[in-house]
Amino acid sequence: MSEAQNKGAIQRFLEASPDSTGKTLFVAIALCLCASMIVSAAAVALRPTQEINKLKDKQVNILQVAGLYEPGVDITEAFAASFEPRVLELATGRFTDQFDAATFDDRASADDPATSIALEEDPASIGRQSKFMTVYLLKDDAGEIDKVILPLHGYGLWSTLYGFIAVEENGNDIFGLQFYSHAETPGLGAEVDNPRWKALWSGKRLTDENGDLQITVAKTAPAAGADFHVDALSGATLTSVGVDNLVRFWMGETGYAPFLANLKAGDF
Amino acid sequence: MAQTRREMLLDPLVDNNPITLQVLGICSALAVTSSLKVALVMTIAVTLVTAFSSMFISILRNQIPSSIRIIVQMVIIASLVILVDQVLKAYAFEISKTLSVFVGLIITNCIVMGRAEAFAMKNPPMASFIDGIGNGLGYGLILMLVGFFRELFGSGSLFGVTILETVNNGGWYVPNGMLLLPPSAFFIIGLLIWGFRTWKPEQVEEREHKIQTVEAH
Repeated sequence: MSEAQNKGAIQRFLEASPDSTGKTLFVAIALCLCASMIVSAAAVALRPTQEINKLKDKQVNILQVAGLYEPGVDITEAFAASFEPRVLELATGRFTDQFDAATFDDRASADDPATSIALEEDPASIGRQSKFMTVYLLKDDAGEIDKVILPLHGYGLWSTLYGFIAVEENGNDIFGLQFYSHAETPGLGAEVDNPRWKALWSGKRLTDENGDLQITVAKTAPAAGADFHVDALSGATLTSVGVDNLVRFWMGETGYAPFLANLKAGDF
Repeated sequence: MAQTRREMLLDPLVDNNPITLQVLGICSALAVTSSLKVALVMTIAVTLVTAFSSMFISILRNQIPSSIRIIVQMVIIASLVILVDQVLKAYAFEISKTLSVFVGLIITNCIVMGRAEAFAMKNPPMASFIDGIGNGLGYGLILMLVGFFRELFGSGSLFGVTILETVNNGGWYVPNGMLLLPPSAFFIIGLLIWGFRTWKPEQVEEREHKIQTVEAH
């Protein structure tokens, strides 16, 4: 009896049966508190590194789609030296200074009812479309626009594919297409990352002489001709259809068509 | 303690393998074995999570109320999994992109829960830690074997290095597309279990039902 009294409160607590109601509650609350503190501490501490990774990944992809990527170079520096990010208002096809291009977040904007529209016709299955998109201008030494890098996204078979398309200064010739985030089937739909398939996009044209959008990803060449045709991925019909839909959607009237028309006219 | 530490570590590799003998953790074995690199990272992640969750659960084992023990185990495992996920996103971004949701799904991996409930609740922390490492490695061994076949014959490469030049890249090898799809892992794991049990017949389970022979009248 006296021995039990000599023990400290903590020791008595530890020796108490774990199955009492009080102890059950205590263990549950204490454990949740500890676990949540550890998890949030890790999340907060690692967030800056993760953000840098995400940004770098995006910049690498923009450099790649413009054909400027070389392994080993300092990504941030190479990116800053070549590209000028601008926020584009899709409906007018003109740049806006309403937002700071360095910090503007397209995805957050697409979720905000004030800066986005709910799509009624939605071939790319994206739900809401941001009215503003960050585009990247690649200028040559003389300061003239050489290429524009336009972000696009849409649904494939399993996932939303996020990528960039590089269009030449004439607003019609494609230089390249690249996806930086998707979860398509490895070996089948994920062949959108295959360099040989990506190379097919180079030199294709978006619209014909009448200004009609003709570019398509299909098994056989369309009537408009091979200039507008990218061969579909074999074994990945639904991913190919998804890519076809998303490219045609973003290059169409609700996408970048007004901007590309302005670019063609040299007026923006 | 009947087992030595060495046995605890090596036993789950072949003799008591969590996948081939206990047939646990199959779902993630299907999902992450289409390439070796991903399988390797998954192995490391699962081994770490199993080892540390077993250790923490073992430290707390005399304090965990039995009525909420599964939830307590889940909280510990889930916290560790989130830690692993966050660290991967910060320091191995490329790999975390390919693993995507599967790291989060370690929480539901039966092996982690199985070791926590079957071993760590009854054994001291150090033994539980070693048991966790052993079982993680046992899981990883099968993952790597399955990944080896799937990547080599599905994409013609190992660890992303081309071994068999595929037709898509202008080579001669026509990859077996089925091996890239999750069901193929079922076949490979099935064949592995067959192989293991032929090699070590004591792993064969006893029949639950006997086939009756009925004499015709």
